[in-house]
Amino acid sequence: MIKNIPVPGIEEYEKGFWEAALESKLVVQHCHDCDQPRFPPRPMCPQCHCLEYTWNQVSGEGEIWSFVVPRPPLLPVFEEISPYAVGLVSIKEYPLIRMIGRLKFNNEQNEDNFEEIIIGSEVQVSFQKISEEICLPYWVMG
Amino acid sequence: MLKDSTAIVGIGQTEFAKRLEESELELACRAINNALEDAGIEAKEVDALGSFTFEENDEFEVARNLGFGELHFWSQAPYGGGASCCAIGQVALSIASGISEVGVVWRARKRGDPKSRMWSHTEDKVDDHWKWSRPSGLVRPADESSMLMRRYMHQYGYTREDLSFVATTLRKYANKNSVAYMCEKELTQEDYMNARMISDPLCLYDNCLESDGAIAVVLVSSKRAEKLDNKPALIHSFSQGMSSEHQLMTDYHGKDPLKSSSYVTAENLWKLSDYSPQDVDVAQIYDAFSPMIPFSLEAYGFCGEGKALEFISEGGIAENGEIPVNTSGGSLSEVYLHGMNLVVEGVRQIRGVSTSQIANAKVSLVTTCDATPNGAILFKGE
Repeated sequence: MIKNIPVPGIEEYEKGFWEAALESKLVVQHCHDCDQPRFPPRPMCPQCHCLEYTWNQVSGEGEIWSFVVPRPPLLPVFEEISPYAVGLVSIKEYPLIRMIGRLKFNNEQNEDNFEEIIIGSEVQVSFQKISEEICLPYWVMG
Repeated sequence: MLKDSTAIVGIGQTEFAKRLEESELELACRAINNALEDAGIEAKEVDALGSFTFEENDEFEVARNLGFGELHFWSQAPYGGGASCCAIGQVALSIASGISEVGVVWRARKRGDPKSRMWSHTEDKVDDHWKWSRPSGLVRPADESSMLMRRYMHQYGYTREDLSFVATTLRKYANKNSVAYMCEKELTQEDYMNARMISDPLCLYDNCLESDGAIAVVLVSSKRAEKLDNKPALIHSFSQGMSSEHQLMTDYHGKDPLKSSSYVTAENLWKLSDYSPQDVDVAQIYDAFSPMIPFSLEAYGFCGEGKALEFISEGGIAENGEIPVNTSGGSLSEVYLHGMNLVVEGVRQIRGVSTSQIANAKVSLVTTCDATPNGAILFKGE
């Protein structure tokens, strides 16, 4: 099994997302013509079939839609830090856009206190650098 | 065109165990041979094959081992747990449309060895849609299923105690089925509550077994079926289903992630059928993870939105319940073979030979994975 955090491969139509992430900005792909937002990024707008797109920055605020706490057996890199929480977070500006990311407490003493995690509570995006090209979004709880 | 025009007339399987010594090819051949013997049909008559894209055995390897004649049709259905009914439905369509006459669908798998877990082969770079989840530590199918169950529990006020009835009910069926992997082992609610967590809120017993084995079925036209000894399980209706904005396993991007592709399959299945959910005598519901049973019960219309765990905890899927589910023990307690065990159990119920036989079962539903693009078949007995 791999030893490191698996790194996402970057397609042409995903570059905008990861370039913004390197600058600690969260962006959402929009259709160039009809402005429809979409996630995950893809080449074509499902509404008007336009192949051009833009990237709009969002506040980075979101709401926990759900979460899990994985336990072993896991990939070694995750087994080392388990138990940990992974959340599915609704973006404040576009509640139907949901992104996955680690859920972390802003207070480290709370680290393993998963009972404190409440669906519906607010979180703020932050970024962890895992490779030259990738800053991975995660979510910080209040 | 398809309705009641084809039938499953042969079923065959190998032993189910943590480890079988034979290769997947040998297992496939034995299961298919058993299914043909059960049907009373010669191997040289087979001219159509259906399998899974996940199947390691090629069609030509299987054909030249079993001595099939000249083939006219073959197809593979994608998405693992979503595939069984789709592979069967496609072969049924080829028979109903006159392309072929005798079809075989099989699945052989050695999955008992932990090294065969697909997630454990995650590579350094993730190029498919899992790039949006695996780097964050949401790696295994159990994690992906657990995400939806926690939301469901939150939304409708359920707890792990409520979910425990899925695993304990299926285990009771397995305890009556001598070939089930878990036949000898009882499972109490206390065992369940004390089990180690795999992906909180899912524990060990919410996960399917890791097992080796093979299963095959034989299909012919209903006209041909009349001349055979076995009572045919007529394919009354069949549909596949994929929802808008579906994403494999991490199906979190639709309008309501609790409304899976099963809703799409179910709506079309009932539309194509003479029956409604109240007419179904027994159901086999795909259960790689226990949440898929309550989710599917709601999707197929056996209970209202948010009601499934209450329904299950009140005995709704038990042997004397409103709709008995996974009566051979299912993937949680009989064997995990991408749901092919559910298909043959659905057929046994129509034949009247299940180890947990539902009296006078005439309408028997088999579904596939709630979290993937999927399909379902409604079997009918005459």
